[in-house]
Amino acid sequence: MNTQESYARIEKAARARKITGRTFTYIFLVFWALMVLFPFYWMILTSLKSTSAYNSEFVPKFFTLAPTMENYAEAFTAVPLGRYFLNTLIFTLVTTVIMLAVIVLAAYAFARLDFKGKNLVFTLFLALMMIPGELVIITNYVTVKTAGLTDDGGSALRHFAGLILPSITSVFYIYLLRENFAQVPDDLYKAARVDGCTDLGFLFKVMVPICRPTIVTVVILKVIECWNSYVWPRLITTKQEHFLVSNGIQQIRESGFGRDNVPAMMAAVVVISVPLIVLFLVFRKKIMEGVSRGGTKG
Amino acid sequence: MKKSGAKGWLYLLPAIVLLGLFMVYPLIDVFVYSAEEGYNFVTQTAKGIGLYNYSYVLRDPYFLQAVKNTFIIVIITVPLSTGFALLIALALNSITKLKELFQTVYFLPYVTNTLAVGLVFMILFRRTAYTDGMINLLIQLFGGQGVDFIDGPYWAKMFVMCFYTIWVVLPFKVLILTSALASVNQDYYNAARIDGTSKGRIFRRITLPMISPMLFYLIITGFIGAFKAYSDEVALFGTNLNEAGMNTIVGYVYDMLYGSAGGYPSYASAAAVILFAIVLTITCVNLMVSRKTVHY
Amino acid sequence: MKVVLKNLTKRFPNRNKKIGGEVIAVDNFDFEIPDGKLIGLLGPSGCGKSTALNLISGLLEPTEGQIFFGEDEVTKLPPENRGVGLVFQNYALYPHMTVLQNIMFPLQNLKGDKKLPKEEIVRRAKEAAHLVQIDQLLERKPAEMSGGQQQRVAIARALVKMPKVLLLDEPLSNLDARLRLQTREEIRRIQKETGITTIFVTHDQEEAMSISDLIVVMKDGAVHQIAPPQEVYDDPVDLFVAKFLGTPAINVFRGEAKGGRLLLAGEAVLDIPGVKDGPLAVGIRPEGFKPDPQGPLAVSLRNVEVMGRDTSVVFDHPAAESENPRAIVASDERPAGHEKTIRFRLDPKKVHLFDPETEKRIRPEG
Repeated sequence: MNTQESYARIEKAARARKITGRTFTYIFLVFWALMVLFPFYWMILTSLKSTSAYNSEFVPKFFTLAPTMENYAEAFTAVPLGRYFLNTLIFTLVTTVIMLAVIVLAAYAFARLDFKGKNLVFTLFLALMMIPGELVIITNYVTVKTAGLTDDGGSALRHFAGLILPSITSVFYIYLLRENFAQVPDDLYKAARVDGCTDLGFLFKVMVPICRPTIVTVVILKVIECWNSYVWPRLITTKQEHFLVSNGIQQIRESGFGRDNVPAMMAAVVVISVPLIVLFLVFRKKIMEGVSRGGTKG
Repeated sequence: MKKSGAKGWLYLLPAIVLLGLFMVYPLIDVFVYSAEEGYNFVTQTAKGIGLYNYSYVLRDPYFLQAVKNTFIIVIITVPLSTGFALLIALALNSITKLKELFQTVYFLPYVTNTLAVGLVFMILFRRTAYTDGMINLLIQLFGGQGVDFIDGPYWAKMFVMCFYTIWVVLPFKVLILTSALASVNQDYYNAARIDGTSKGRIFRRITLPMISPMLFYLIITGFIGAFKAYSDEVALFGTNLNEAGMNTIVGYVYDMLYGSAGGYPSYASAAAVILFAIVLTITCVNLMVSRKTVHY
Repeated sequence: MKVVLKNLTKRFPNRNKKIGGEVIAVDNFDFEIPDGKLIGLLGPSGCGKSTALNLISGLLEPTEGQIFFGEDEVTKLPPENRGVGLVFQNYALYPHMTVLQNIMFPLQNLKGDKKLPKEEIVRRAKEAAHLVQIDQLLERKPAEMSGGQQQRVAIARALVKMPKVLLLDEPLSNLDARLRLQTREEIRRIQKETGITTIFVTHDQEEAMSISDLIVVMKDGAVHQIAPPQEVYDDPVDLFVAKFLGTPAINVFRGEAKGGRLLLAGEAVLDIPGVKDGPLAVGIRPEGFKPDPQGPLAVSLRNVEVMGRDTSVVFDHPAAESENPRAIVASDERPAGHEKTIRFRLDPKKVHLFDPETEKRIRPEG
């Protein structure tokens, strides 16, 4: 056999390997994509079936010919879903805004200001990063309860304060932001001072705009965290009108819509899932970038 | 610069006050609680100091069940999800067409409320008087025997549990591994191809060492995350996890604090401290292993 | 092993999707690289020389055309079956392996009847290391070595499996000036010792000139000239090649041919028999200016830069297209520096005429 013939055989084999490899790769990827999407499809599908249609299907159908919006109406009337929504929205916005103010100031102090004991305090901050929330939540619950900031003791406002207080600061985000602030060249600070800019002015006119990507990352992560927060709100909330969406959905799961009304349940699930998914689809690149820089979930 | 001494503390004040109140104080306090015997919530007094809370918790069958469940979840989901995520990331990195679409789809579970989607999983897996449920019908279609995954035997519940956990944690791991793989200089692969390195060898000798720092980061955070499993369990089996036999250590802590059997912050503290000790030990072991195997 | 390229073409889809269409990275290459020579692929960055190298290595598949190693066609053969060694611009040494492990890596990949026993692998790796003179560094990791040492390891790794063709992608660009000089001699020596057909890519004309047996000058995916270094310099086929080679660069003037004489700004400066009347682009090498009080070319002196052995004379001339026209003269002939005007005679061998439209060379008779 001459060289050219054996070359031809090698070429053919390599081509065949490449095509089979590619085919298997795509089959695998499509398979898992379906696994991911199926629950979403199922909840939307079910939410569009009428209750009677759903309950009469021993073998569930994969489509529906008579979509109905009645479950959505039911979800908003039988339980105060709109109320949960509003609560969560306010909780998310207020927590994120206050937290941003707290961490921006702290990160700036660590990155730019000079004071005695700075390094020691920063080291202590870093050490705090290793403390799991589960360890401190017990005392926090007792503290907040004792201070009358739960909703079986205090007013709605006091309860709201109790809700947000433990989550309006974060060592990890301060660290993330400080690292970014520290990269801003010192000369900019000196130039700004010479131009008569105050510390605070410099922070908001120069630092924050320059470090916008990191701040966006923090906001994204915090919003996702707030929207999904469940444990702490559940601990200190008893009244239904103060529920966040997670507590709401859990309560729907436990007590249902009167009798086990699955389509209405799914309508509620869809409504709760939609805001974050829309947000994700719009800011897809930013969110994925942000999570890969600072995410930890999982 | 001297003048900004006070200013620095002023800027830090909100963070220090909040962290002091909600991180440092509770951190010390939790150890105090865990050592106070017979603590009374209402009077806020204790009878004495000792290790009784620990011995109580360690003898509590609910706690032992929770520890067992947690360990099973950790041992099954961490390796499986990391390995599977690596497989997906490798596949994603080998294609160009539709790559962005797949990435977007795979990331979806990260931005969904896990309690809400857990409900969908429950519907899919459970058996009721009306229907055997989607999954059971599929099993029967392939000639298998259906089973109630939500209210049935322990292994069935554990299966759903692990499956859902993997479904939830996968997006983050896929994201991290995809970008880790993409950041490996293409020249290494070209060099290996020129040298006729087989696919398996490229993976073992080049890809794996190159992404090993990221892989270990994922394994460590994966362990920590899995040990803290709780809300996924609630999503599938409801808040009364003890009754379902599916409680986790974190779930036990919350139940002791609140819930139907609640009101015992001392027991909760002891359980939390035990959890912390376990996580710390595992993380240290992980770090030691990674120091030995990660090359740079 | 000689390498033959036949009508080789590579087109990429345009990266900017808005513009669309295709980019031609390699345009109809058609030449033969003789066995056992050192060839420099020379061109400005982005001219497709790395693409050409990747086509030869098999990392890329050509859009059209064929590649032959010796008499055998390898156009679609996967890279591992071609028997090429490739040295990357950034060396691509595996950071987690020692030098020895890096060099052994290609041999450990061999399968079937080509598989080598462990001792043989080590022996050959050490032999390759010896060839590039890094015997002392075998246990180091790449990060613990200088750029020049890493470069040698990369060459050893490419050589260890005794390739038919050795390919080097910008082998010197990551080294500092002193190491560059040293390493290029090293490459020349290794190539001579092994006799392996070697193709290297560079954008540095000095590098290409100093070690190549043959230079291939490229621009925008097309080959402009293939010739030995001195010939490329002395006898460029077009204005691009003339401009690209030589430091200081060739001086370009707007000229005119009239009645067999070359006019610069209306003054006849050289006889160019047989050249048709009309405008010309005139390239004059800096060493083509000979100081001569009776010379036909008068220029106004701008500046004199002393460089020791030579002197560089920067001047102004109304027909000059180059921004800083420059003549290199021997130090003992240099102008004093206070004259306003100096006169030159031109060396006809250092004056190249080009068509101002096509930029192709126009050669006078005789």
